[in-house]
Amino acid sequence: MAAYFSSLNPVALWNAAPGGLAQGLIWGIMALGVYISFRVLNFADMTVDGSFSLGGATAVMLILAGYNPHVVLVVSSLAGMCAGIVTGFLHTKLGIPDILSGILTQISLYSINLNIMGKANQAIPVGQVQVYFTSNIRYLGQTIALALVLDVFVVAFIYWFLGTELGSAMRATGINPNMSRAQGINTDSMKVIGLALGNAAVALAGGIIAEYQGFADVKMGQGSIVIGLAALIIGEVLAEALVGKRLNFVVRLAFTIIGAIVYYMVYVFVLWLKFPADDMKLLTAIVVAIFLAVPYLKEKKNNSFSGLARRNAKAQEKED
Amino acid sequence: MLEIRNICKTFNPGTINEKKALDDVSLTLADGEFCTVIGGNGAGKSTIMNAVAGVWPVDTGSIIVDGTDISGLSEYQRAPYFGRVFQDPMTGTAADMWIEENMALASRRGKRRTLRWGVNRKEREEYRKLLKSLDLGLEYRMTSKVGLLSGGQRQALTLLMATMRKPKVLLLDEHTAALDPKTAAKVLEATDRVVNENHLTTLMVTHNMKDAINHGNRLIMMSDGRIIFDVSGEEKKKLKVADLLEKFEEAGGEVSDRMALS
Repeated sequence: MAAYFSSLNPVALWNAAPGGLAQGLIWGIMALGVYISFRVLNFADMTVDGSFSLGGATAVMLILAGYNPHVVLVVSSLAGMCAGIVTGFLHTKLGIPDILSGILTQISLYSINLNIMGKANQAIPVGQVQVYFTSNIRYLGQTIALALVLDVFVVAFIYWFLGTELGSAMRATGINPNMSRAQGINTDSMKVIGLALGNAAVALAGGIIAEYQGFADVKMGQGSIVIGLAALIIGEVLAEALVGKRLNFVVRLAFTIIGAIVYYMVYVFVLWLKFPADDMKLLTAIVVAIFLAVPYLKEKKNNSFSGLARRNAKAQEKED
Repeated sequence: MLEIRNICKTFNPGTINEKKALDDVSLTLADGEFCTVIGGNGAGKSTIMNAVAGVWPVDTGSIIVDGTDISGLSEYQRAPYFGRVFQDPMTGTAADMWIEENMALASRRGKRRTLRWGVNRKEREEYRKLLKSLDLGLEYRMTSKVGLLSGGQRQALTLLMATMRKPKVLLLDEHTAALDPKTAAKVLEATDRVVNENHLTTLMVTHNMKDAINHGNRLIMMSDGRIIFDVSGEEKKKLKVADLLEKFEEAGGEVSDRMALS
């Protein structure tokens, strides 16, 4: 035990923290994409695992072809947008249930991503190409600043869009589709537009992560939906605790990014504790399951048959 | 204003649950006519409402509003013609959005939704005036979520939203059935007021015979997917609940407890 603790190096944790912050800021964009499908449209969109890798694959291959590392990120977003439109088409025009249409797109993207890259992974020749979102410790400050600016931009964009006539119609579609149709809203188009926007954000994050880690891998998006949800939920719990009733919409979006940062800080910390990296996805899934279950169990505790039976039995005991 | 021509609808055709819900129904409402629809369970009164609103397409027949055949349009495409209030107070509004946001959605019924801001200051003032006319104090709660309102408040708001852009036809589908009697009376009073003020052509489904007699200037009774009784003007004013029950039994309909007791 003592040997374990003495093997932990506080300086290593200090050195790893900026990397966690950078990754959190980048994954925050991904989490905002999940926010659009999961919270605004009430659509559990499984496409994102595929579109995250798609963003990465597109970015790396275009960089290898000599394009500007900023411009390729725009193409990544557009590719993600297309993936979202395919899922929306499967769901609204072909009547396939929401989760299944996402899974179908995700699984087809696995093949598509392999075709884009020609093999399972492709690296950016770091020596020859200067990328702007880099994990190189000398330029990490620049990466963090750039990611922060991008986060502010994405939050501002989503806030603006959801406030417009079109965005309001999209929110109404997620809350009450019957009412929306009665108000003349084409709920099918709203879902397709929302999925396109959500996956554009996810693929953008995928492209940036590929630049950050210096390569794209066909499996890099695996489980990203769970990480996105983790960020979303951690953000919501923190916002509820810290801001409470005065929570407005911008703050709610900002807390989604803070949720992603907290997730990656914890990730860095747990790795520093020498937790095996292979088990991180298991840990993430457990954290998400707990956070999703807590509100349900809380409700159940105050409002359940077995609880009533226990209370009645106790009252009976007292009488006897 | 509203013309329904020989519409038929069969649910689950070819199965053991096959049900002929509308059997060659025709009905014409003149401009400004306020028609109540009454009938037992499964008579087809909500079905005719859904057929007009376009929840699903009818099997045969056509629906014409103000000279335009709309039977080939989907639900959202024909929304510009109708204001709708539903039986369930949860159905007519978006619970997780503000009162003013809900009203802004309704005020854009039938308009292109653009990237302009969802609600502007001028509109907000108009909404405040409209809400004030409801006399429920909602004008002070415009940035409250609609989910926080009571069932009666939500129905009153839905009614307001259905009529703030004047619809060609107002469709009320048992919109007071889920409310307590006192609140129901208030919502009906508001209905009468808004229909009269705007001279609205209205179709109102109800299971309450007294309401059907006391409101509107025309009454139709349905049974087994057909209109079996159609009365308007002076004749309707003289109508009694007993007359309706008699008519109903004549047609071989079963009087449900809900109808008899109300």
